[in-house]
Amino acid sequence: MAILTLTIDGEQVSGKDDESILEIARQHGIHIPTLCYIDGLAAVGSCRLCLVEIEGSPKLAPACTTKPQEGMVVRTATERLQRHRRMIVELLASEGNHQCAVCVVNNHCELQNLAYDVGLTYVRFPYLFPKKTLDASHKDFIIDRNRCVLCTRCLRVCYEVEGAHVWDVAGRGINCEIISGLNQPWGDSDTCTSCGKCVLVCPTGALIEKGEAVAEMEKKTDFLRFIVTARKKKEWINMDSDEE
Amino acid sequence: MSKTVTIAPVTRIEGHAKITIHLDDKGTVTDARFHVNEFRGFEKFCEGRLMWEMAGITSRICGICPTSHLITSAKAGDDILAVAIPPTAEKLRRLITLAQWIQSHALSFFHLSSPDFLLGFDSDPATRNIFGLIAKDKEFARRGIRLRKFGQEIIEVLGSRRIHTPWAVAGGVREPFEVSKRDYLLAWIPEARETALLALKTLKSIHENFSTDIPNYGNFRSLFVGLVAPDGALEYYDGTIRIMDGGGNIIADKIDPHSYSDQFGEATEDWSYLKFPYYKPLGYPQGMYRVGPLARVNICDYIDTPLAEEERQIFKAMAGQAEAVNNSFYYHYARLIELLFAVEKAEALLNDPEILNPHVRSKAMINRLMGIGVSEAPRGTLFHQYWVDENGVLQKVNLIIATAQNNLAMNRTVRQLAMRYIDGNKITDGILNRIEAGIRCFDPCLSCSTHAAGQMPLHVQLFDADHRLLDEIRR
Repeated sequence: MAILTLTIDGEQVSGKDDESILEIARQHGIHIPTLCYIDGLAAVGSCRLCLVEIEGSPKLAPACTTKPQEGMVVRTATERLQRHRRMIVELLASEGNHQCAVCVVNNHCELQNLAYDVGLTYVRFPYLFPKKTLDASHKDFIIDRNRCVLCTRCLRVCYEVEGAHVWDVAGRGINCEIISGLNQPWGDSDTCTSCGKCVLVCPTGALIEKGEAVAEMEKKTDFLRFIVTARKKKEWINMDSDEE
Repeated sequence: MSKTVTIAPVTRIEGHAKITIHLDDKGTVTDARFHVNEFRGFEKFCEGRLMWEMAGITSRICGICPTSHLITSAKAGDDILAVAIPPTAEKLRRLITLAQWIQSHALSFFHLSSPDFLLGFDSDPATRNIFGLIAKDKEFARRGIRLRKFGQEIIEVLGSRRIHTPWAVAGGVREPFEVSKRDYLLAWIPEARETALLALKTLKSIHENFSTDIPNYGNFRSLFVGLVAPDGALEYYDGTIRIMDGGGNIIADKIDPHSYSDQFGEATEDWSYLKFPYYKPLGYPQGMYRVGPLARVNICDYIDTPLAEEERQIFKAMAGQAEAVNNSFYYHYARLIELLFAVEKAEALLNDPEILNPHVRSKAMINRLMGIGVSEAPRGTLFHQYWVDENGVLQKVNLIIATAQNNLAMNRTVRQLAMRYIDGNKITDGILNRIEAGIRCFDPCLSCSTHAAGQMPLHVQLFDADHRLLDEIRR
């Protein structure tokens, strides 16, 4: 492991060579918006919200999966990047059935916060109003695919942390959907342990607890850092502190 | 040659509608109709959603009475969970229901209807509104606006927002009440009571000025339907259905709201998106009935707050011994009696120490596959009925809204007014406004009743027998 020095938004910063640009930026208080990324799970770079500019490279790179190099010059908030990010959130909004006003996680939703964050005041594209399904067959939880943004956090937490691998992605392109088991009702899944981690890491109202009413549910993701640290390092950290 | 006059859109009501008046060759009115031309389809698109979300979704039907939908929906949810909600939750829900009455009734009287009474039906339409009222009597308008604010304030204190609060849920309410909030609201009561009394005094003083107009304002016998408490008292949150005829006879009583569909049917007409509910035993359209303040104050045996009960007795005396008050103009009077009642009752609830109990929610899962919620919305009895699967996913939704239940009576009122005032081919603004004011007696909310949204401007058209447009006024 080596310590590297790079420049992010004009600021000289240092980070380990096995960390991502996103991690280093966050350690230095530089905010890069994310959606599919969550601390504690493998980064997949799928939502493209954390795209950054790297001097000398014609391509934009996702900060969550890009490793630093000595002397690298990174820009995280150029006008072009902000335009792209707004476009991504705009497309997500038009692709799903996101009715914030009557959503269980209204005011506690990462997609909604992102929309504020990127300054999304309107959607230029026609809404697709896709026909999506809602599965309430699990005794405690519900998956409402209308509100899913396909970030795959649920899939990763179930596979990487719980070890159950209940969730998967079926279909192609815009028709992709999160499915349980071999596309059977969630309540019929033999592998689900009902641990609820998928519900907690879901950034939107796609995975919710049964019995929650409009705007009632708040997702708490702190548990993930605690569990992952305990598993990897056999250390039981204080969830309230920032110490690793 | 016969003609049709159309008033569209109708102003100072909640929603979009028009009125058509049909004339024969001599220019005499043959028919008049109140058309509601908005459509929203809430019952359909709620299918497939979750029962727990319904209170939040259905409250979006309306910006004026979201609280009524919220409470009724939560009650339908209680029924599906098959739980008894904590007594404090019921008290808090009662309080917010009264707050809804206060803000809606104050709005109906001060903002929407009093400009007609205080400025006159024939005054300039440009200033015949709340702003004209402010110019004429600033203090009166200010007090009215503040009374509505008091109702909204209760809703905000309880539900943390004035409009579309998702505070009530199947099983109870989300948050317990607090002493500081209670004290804040209690401090408003004296002013609110004084304003409610002022409204009553003002309305009664104009009854005489309009003595030639009033007899034409939907003055006919009909059934009256509403909820009453087990002891016959005026009810707003629960109770059983009572049906009274225009002669003041109780023809059905203690009907379990669960059997409302045995009592009431819904007819449709191709000229309106608003359905026409009717009392089944009498058939359509003979089974016309009225709901809302006039019905409620007519059917109850008494009101359990002193000032409102005193007023109710004066109200009842107007009709004589064995008769209901049948004139729709007196919706205004009944509404203000209820406004006074709501203020008095809210005070009593706020003074009840039990209202501070922190236990306000019962939890359960799906225990019944069908649930019915009923309450008295400001405009009348509101029914929500949901059918769910064992996971709580909605299979079917039926909403019966107060304004729809007044549809037959509103049409009858428009017809009566048209026949009285229209003669010949020309419509004056004063006549137009009298017809609108007839509709306004019912304080209709078309957003709710068609489960639709918007604000209601006025459009009147005059047609001949061959359906040729002769005259039209729009604003």
